[in-house]
Parts: sequence; structure tokens; C-alpha cells
Amino acid sequence: MSLAQSQSVAEIKARNKEIIDEVLKVYPEKTAKRRAKHLNVHEAGKSDCGVKSNIKSIPGVMTIRGCAYAGSKGVVWGPIKDMIHISHGPVGCGQYSWAARRNYYIGTTGIDTFVTMQFTSDFQEKDIVFGGDKKLAKIMDEIQELFPLNNGITVQSECPIGLIGDDIEAVSKAKSKEYDGKTIVPVRCEGFRGVSQSLGHHIANDAIRDWIFDKIPADAAPRFEPSPYDVAIIGDYNIGGDAWSSRILLEEMGLRVVAQWSGDGSLAELEATPKAKLNVLHCYRSMNYISRHMEEKYGIPWCEYNFFGPSKIAESLRKIASYFDDKIKEGAERVIAKYQPLMDAVIAKYRPRLEGKTVMLYVGGLRPRHVIGAYEDLGMEVVGTGYEFAHNDDYQRTAQHYVKDGTIIYDDVTGYEFEKFVEKIQPDLVGSGIKEKYVFQKMGVPFRQMHSWDYSGPYHGYDGFAIFARDMDMAINSPVWKMTQAPWKAAPKPTLLAAE
Amino acid sequence: MPQSADNVLDHFELFRGPEYQQMLANKKKMFENPRDPAEVERVREWAKTPEYKELNFAREALTVNPAKACQPLGAVFVAVGFEGTIPFVHGSQGCVAYYRSHLSRHFKEPSSCVSSSMTEDAAVFGGLNNMIDGLANTYSMYKPKMIAVSTTCMAEVIGDDLNAFIKTSKEKGSVPAEFDVPFAHTPAFVGSHVTGYDNALKGILEHFWDGKAGTAPKLERQPNESINFIGGFDGYTVGNTREVKRIFNLFGVDHTILVDNSEVFDTPTDGEFRMYDGGTTLEEAANALHAKGTISMQEYCTEKTLPMIANHGQQVVALNHPVGVGGTDRFLMEIARITGKEIPEELAKERGRLVDAIADSNAHIHGKKFAIYGDPDLCLGLAAFLLELGAEPTHVLATNGNQKWADKVQALFDTSPFGANCKAYPGKDLWHMRSLLFTEPVDFLIGNTYGKYLERDTGTPLIRIGFPVFDRHHHHRRPVWGYQGGMNVLITILDKIFDEIDRNTNVPSKTDYSFDIIR
Repeated sequence: MSLAQSQSVAEIKARNKEIIDEVLKVYPEKTAKRRAKHLNVHEAGKSDCGVKSNIKSIPGVMTIRGCAYAGSKGVVWGPIKDMIHISHGPVGCGQYSWAARRNYYIGTTGIDTFVTMQFTSDFQEKDIVFGGDKKLAKIMDEIQELFPLNNGITVQSECPIGLIGDDIEAVSKAKSKEYDGKTIVPVRCEGFRGVSQSLGHHIANDAIRDWIFDKIPADAAPRFEPSPYDVAIIGDYNIGGDAWSSRILLEEMGLRVVAQWSGDGSLAELEATPKAKLNVLHCYRSMNYISRHMEEKYGIPWCEYNFFGPSKIAESLRKIASYFDDKIKEGAERVIAKYQPLMDAVIAKYRPRLEGKTVMLYVGGLRPRHVIGAYEDLGMEVVGTGYEFAHNDDYQRTAQHYVKDGTIIYDDVTGYEFEKFVEKIQPDLVGSGIKEKYVFQKMGVPFRQMHSWDYSGPYHGYDGFAIFARDMDMAINSPVWKMTQAPWKAAPKPTLLAAE
Repeated sequence: MPQSADNVLDHFELFRGPEYQQMLANKKKMFENPRDPAEVERVREWAKTPEYKELNFAREALTVNPAKACQPLGAVFVAVGFEGTIPFVHGSQGCVAYYRSHLSRHFKEPSSCVSSSMTEDAAVFGGLNNMIDGLANTYSMYKPKMIAVSTTCMAEVIGDDLNAFIKTSKEKGSVPAEFDVPFAHTPAFVGSHVTGYDNALKGILEHFWDGKAGTAPKLERQPNESINFIGGFDGYTVGNTREVKRIFNLFGVDHTILVDNSEVFDTPTDGEFRMYDGGTTLEEAANALHAKGTISMQEYCTEKTLPMIANHGQQVVALNHPVGVGGTDRFLMEIARITGKEIPEELAKERGRLVDAIADSNAHIHGKKFAIYGDPDLCLGLAAFLLELGAEPTHVLATNGNQKWADKVQALFDTSPFGANCKAYPGKDLWHMRSLLFTEPVDFLIGNTYGKYLERDTGTPLIRIGFPVFDRHHHHRRPVWGYQGGMNVLITILDKIFDEIDRNTNVPSKTDYSFDIIR
């Protein structure tokens, strides 16, 4: 069906290089030079994707990236459900990120759980001029009075905080003392810090280290009897319930999940994690920092895994089991066997409808590589991928384990580049975010949001794969895409016709 | 295992089965260090009491669930209402990602906007280089007819001077000297998105009228018979603008829609992505100076713009998001007054149809109590309509409303016996509203998508009217202005009332009566 199939890898590579060269022509010379370093055609056997990453976005190009605040409040801290996260600064940041990420949880919202609420200091001009520390202290008092069952508070700094010289650490310490050692965490995640969400993840990880781990008394008794099979799920934000459809598999294989970071997570779970025997890490990008720290300080090994699609799930279950005894290894095999018929049925149903379809991705975190296996399980092919805020270690993982020879790679893609790449390559599906969704749908290209699962999910685990397969099918094979051309205007599209 | 290929269960059903329920219960019990359920229940009940309400209303520093956004969102909304215009927000880039997402989630449309991507070095040295490079890149890549600049709070805190920066950028050749780069300072720590709308529109009009920041001669006003229309920040801009154009055309009035988003937020799916579509042309924006008068549908979106226009010699009229009969009457009569044209018979007939519909249905609305929240003008417009319907807008709350606004709402209440027990709440948020709904309950709540949390907690049925509406589709395509818009609002309210009546009477062998087929 797609153009790519009728071409050799060499032809595809040549075409992709040509497309990149052509796209770069739109830029002023200086910008073209800078952007060229972020675009490449993958060569099999190379140790990375050959692109620069984690570099400042160029002004005015329509980057898709967000900021450090989004990385801390929006990703890492926001899902911790029994703590109140203050968006500290003007009203907008908290408003636009209010409940938008679908970090599912169970709890009584507004009483003992606060994820889908927007707490803000709503800075006014006088707060900028005179500083916001007194206001912040008062906010904490008011939180204590009106939300007495909160288990902790975090201060998520917005841009002005770092610019006006507020001392949120001092306020947090003083209030923590006043409230009998209550957990209060100042987070310096101002949006201008770093180049993307990524630094916000790191800052948020460090804040957990400094303001939670380091406050736990060395002799503190664990809240539960440790077992040799205790693991923590790190870097799963429970979007659409992803962490739940992952947890169930780990438990079925005989492990005990003592913490979820941070989807449906709680302060107690964060505090319990240094007692885990293994940290299993899904989103490497956003939580490798704390995993490394726990390895160094507490000697807890960590293991990356991938719960998208049956091939990677089985591989991951076995990898996780390899850290444990035979009981767990057998458990992993049992789980794989149990779900095999379901996976066979899902693939039997959907693969014939999706075989050979091509996909272009542009997402953040782990997904630009992690979902490739799930598409391949359905007979689909990822022909282009890129990251919003990857570092080189992400591109190494991508090159070494995931992408095929000739895949077009785009780091911190601009709106213009992404549109042009899709226009030229004509994939059968684009997977990206809300800002991209409607652009491509207007072009007549089927699309799935791969941050929010387009309000579906979960996509993780075996249960999630069935939903993933259904959703990709419904996107690609929806009758709507046959109607985009008015019949009296329909002109044959030569590229698509040639391949059919 | 509940999952199957034949019947794929997603989050709506998957987690309700015993496997997951057991797992989640264990998680809570073993690892979450949960609060005592009795204590949770006690606090939950306490939070419904007048005592809690008093504490809640005594808050001075904390804001919880506000119903407002920040200035640049309004500025971005304005910019894309002009032909071929791209909004350029000077400051941190994450903000722009948020505005684009927010607008796309509401309109289900692309939202194009660029940032100057300022980071730590720019915080220290200022963002001039970001402006110079940014304008050059945007101009090359997206070939706009105009770039409308606004600011995030970061650029405002460090005090970047847009006028000087744009001038320097032009000197450095980022864009041609004569290229239009209007600007507005839009600090997020002042006002809200409606303030940003005001500042951005004023910036664009002043740019064209008052000599393009000193680079061109000021235009001299040569009054003509046309009329300008400003809608304000409006989640229904697609449907509303089209309806207003239809009304002007029925009048046969020469008119200019200033900020026309009706095309860019409603582009077709036909194989082509239109980054720009429709919009007020730059020529129209300039020529709007010569109009006889300007009507703003939202006073609080044009608090600075309208006086500026008046200073240029035009008549100006500020309305408050007119909804319903009286509001639309006033709108049409103002058009007639300014232009000297008669109100077309067609519109009189539409008015009659709306009155007819109200006469048919008002028995179901009469005496019902409503809580309303939203932008200041929307609240006024909806409250006025409810009073016309014989309903009581008991609580009217605008997080971005001030005392002056509250006085105006009170004055509206005073015009009707149905306003006797109603109150305006300026500067309050939805956590205040939650207390109000518990302590002084009403029959229905009118608000945006976030109201669903209030509906869940308090049991007050939510009628979605406002911005943003993320969880219902296509509402923005229907007008709420004009008599036909009033009809849409009426039907929306009635549908909810009837649904509630049915929902409360559908228990077999208990409430078989009242479950009527004819209402």
C-alpha cells in the first residue's frame, strides 16, 4: 500500500536525504546549519542515530517542546495523588496543564486525593514586585486548613520565581518545621531552565532525592514487611491506566509492586522505594536519574523494560525475571503463556488489516522507540521517528535496538519539517501529540495521539496491546479517510495508486 | 482475564473487573498508607458545611480551580483572527506549547503559534537575539503576512522592550522594514486571557492606525458608513462570527469583523492543511479606522481597545456578551442606531420565533435556580437570558471579574424580581463555587468543562456553556449570539432540564408516574 514498500533501502535512504536537504532550504543559512544536525537518515549498525539532541530550540521555528515546569509538575510530580502541587506563579501554567494528562488514580478528589485539581498562587503584579514568599507561606497555611488530609505539598516553580529571587526553600523548610516535619518539597522547575521538559524531569527527580529520601530517618521502620520480590515501577504515569495494566503482569509473575512512580502514586510509595529489590524502569528519559541514585546509594539495581506489544513484553518479563529466582522465572513463562492465546487472537484479527502500513512518530520520553515493536507485532513499519527532548543515550537505544536501516530521524522537529516529511513520505499513520493531530488529519492522514492515547488506553501490557491494535485499526481503516476528496474533484494520487 | 480480541475493553470497562479491583484494593491497603476511611468521610462531609464555606471564603492567598487563563492566550487568539498572521510569543517556549494545546483541545483544530524560546542565558542578557533570530526564522518558514508579537511573564519580568527589539530586528534584516509586526505586552500576572485579548487587539489597531511604531505616517480618519465588530475572546467564535456576518448582511451594512477566527478555527478536512485561513485582512484592519462606529460584544475584552477607538473619533458600543431576546434586541438596535438602517423584517421574525420558543417552554425553566461561572461578559449575558426565562441566576461567579463587574451584575439583578436572591462573586474560583453549591444549592450549573468536577461532587447537573469545552465536541460551531444563538442556548438548557426530569423519574415500580411521554 505505501510508497516505501516498492522501494529498496538504498532508494529510501536517497529519497529521505533528499527530503531533508529540501526541507532545510526554507531556513535562513544559520538556522539551516543548526537544524541539519538534528535530521538524519539512520544507517544500520551505527551506535546512535547520528543526530544532535538536548540542544536549545531555535527561536521562531515552532518547536513542539514544552518546558521544565511541564516536565516536573506535568510529568513527574503531578500524578502523586495524595500531595498538593502548587503551581507557583501566574495562573496560566497550572491552568493549561490542569488534568490534561489523564494520570489515572483512585481516591476522593479534593479530600485525600488532588491530582485533577489546579492549586495556584495566581501571581499578581505586586507579587512580582514585592516577592511571593509570604504569599507562599500563607498558601501552605490555607492548604493545611482546607485540605487537612493532604500528605504533603510541593512547590512547582513557574518562570518568575527564579527571576525575582524568591526563597521557596526557606519557606518550605520553615513550614515543614511548623507542621511537624510535614513533607514540603520546593522544586526549581522554572520554565526557562534547560531546553525542554527534560531538565524538569531531572530537577524533579533530584527534589525527590533531596526532600523525600534524604529526610527519611535511617532507622525508620518500613510500613510493611519486606519480601525478596519487592519491585517498584518507575517511569509509568498511568496514562489511561498504563501502570495498572503493567502492575497486574508483574504481580501475576510473583513479584510484589511496592510503589508506582508516579502514576497513581503516593508519598508512602515514594518513601518505600529505597527498600525495593529492583526498580523496573519504563520511561528511562524522565526517571533514570532517581534510578541511578537509588542504585548508587541503596544498591538497588534497575532494569529497563518495554511493555508495548507482545514481543517486547515477553522479552521484558524474562529480563525482569532474570534478576530473581526460578519461582519468578517460571512465573514469567506462565504469564507469557497465559496471554499468548489473547495475543494470537488480537494479531489474527488486526494484522491482516494493518499489514504493511507505515507509521511516522514524533513523541517524547520513551515512545519514539518503545512503540516500534508493538507496530511490528501488527505487521506495520515505522519509517520515521523523533524525540521532543531526548538525549544521546535515547538515540543510542533507538539505533541499537529499534529502528530499521533508512528510517528518517528528526530531533526537536519543527512544525514545518514534520509537515513536509509527512507530505513527502505519505505514511499510513502519524503518531504524535494534540498540536500535531489536526494538522495531519486535515491533510487526510490518519492520526493517533501518542501522549494521551487519544483519550483511550491503557496501551501498556497485554490488556493494553489489544486496545492499541484496535485503536490503530480504527484510525487507519476509518471510512472518513475515503471521503476527504469531493467526488467531483477527486484526482488520482499517483504515488498511492502506483503502490496499490 | 477480562480482555478479548472480540470485545476489546479499554479504560472505561477494563479496570472494573475483579482482577483489577482486587489489585487496586491491595495496592491501597498495603502501600499507599491510606487515611482512615471514616476520617475521609468525616472531612468529605465537613467540606460541605457552612463552616467550611466560611473558611473557604476567608482564603486570601490560595487559588483552587480558577476559571481563567493568562494574557498571552488571549493575544494568540487575537493574532490568528487576522489574515495570514502568525502569533509570536516572546519568552519561554513551554507557554506556547500550552496555548496551542489549549486552543486545539477546545476547537479540535490546529493552532499555529511560535515562541522566541528564551532560556537561562536570555534571562540574564535579555531576549533581543531570540527576537532577531526568531522573527527571521518565522518569516522565512511560514511566510506570514503579519507577525503579531506578545509576551510571556518571563520576558515581562526581565523587562524586555518589544518596541525597541522589533525595531532592532528590522534593522538587522530579520523581516523587511515595511513588514507588519504589531506587538503587545501581555504579562500573565496582570488580568487574564480577556486582558490579553484587549492588549493584543489594541496593539494591532494602533499599529495600523497610528503610524506603525513611528515608521509610517499616521492614518487620517475619513469617516465612512461602515461599522466594526469585535467579538472578544469567545469559545463560540466560529458559529458566532458567521451568525453576526449573516445579521450584518441582512441589514445590508458595510462591516468589518475585527478578529475573525471563524475560518482558521474551522478548516475543512480535504487533504490540505491550511495554516492560515480567512481572518480580517490587513487592509480591513487599517481601514477600520474610518468606520462610523465599533460594537464590542464583550466589554471586558475591550476595556482599553474601545476607548482607544473612541479617541480616534468613532462611536463605540460595549455590550456584555448578549444572549437571548433583550441582549440581541439591544445589539440590533445599536446597529440600527449607528447606521441609520432599519432592522430587517427577517430578524424581527427570528425574534418572534425565539419568543415563541420561550413561550412554549418557559414553564419548565421558570423559578429554577442556576449557578453560572465564566468570563465576566459571558456571565452577564447568560444571567440576563435566565432572568428573561423567569429563572434565577443565583450564583454568578467570574474569577477574572472585579468589583465593578459585580456591581454591574447586581444592577442587572435589580432589574428583575427573579434577581432578588441572586449574588455576584468577583475574583472567586471553582472551589468557592463548590461551597456555594453545597450550602446554597441550585438546580443547574452553567460553566465550562471543568464544571464536571463540581457536577460530580455536588450532584448539580452541568450545562456546558463557556470556554474551554474539551469533553464535548463541536459546540463552537453553533452560535450563541443573535436570536438563533439564543434559540441554541435555550435548547441546550431545556435538553438538560428534560434529561434530569427523566433521570429522576425512571425507576420502575417506584416513579412510573411523572415519566411522561409528553412534556
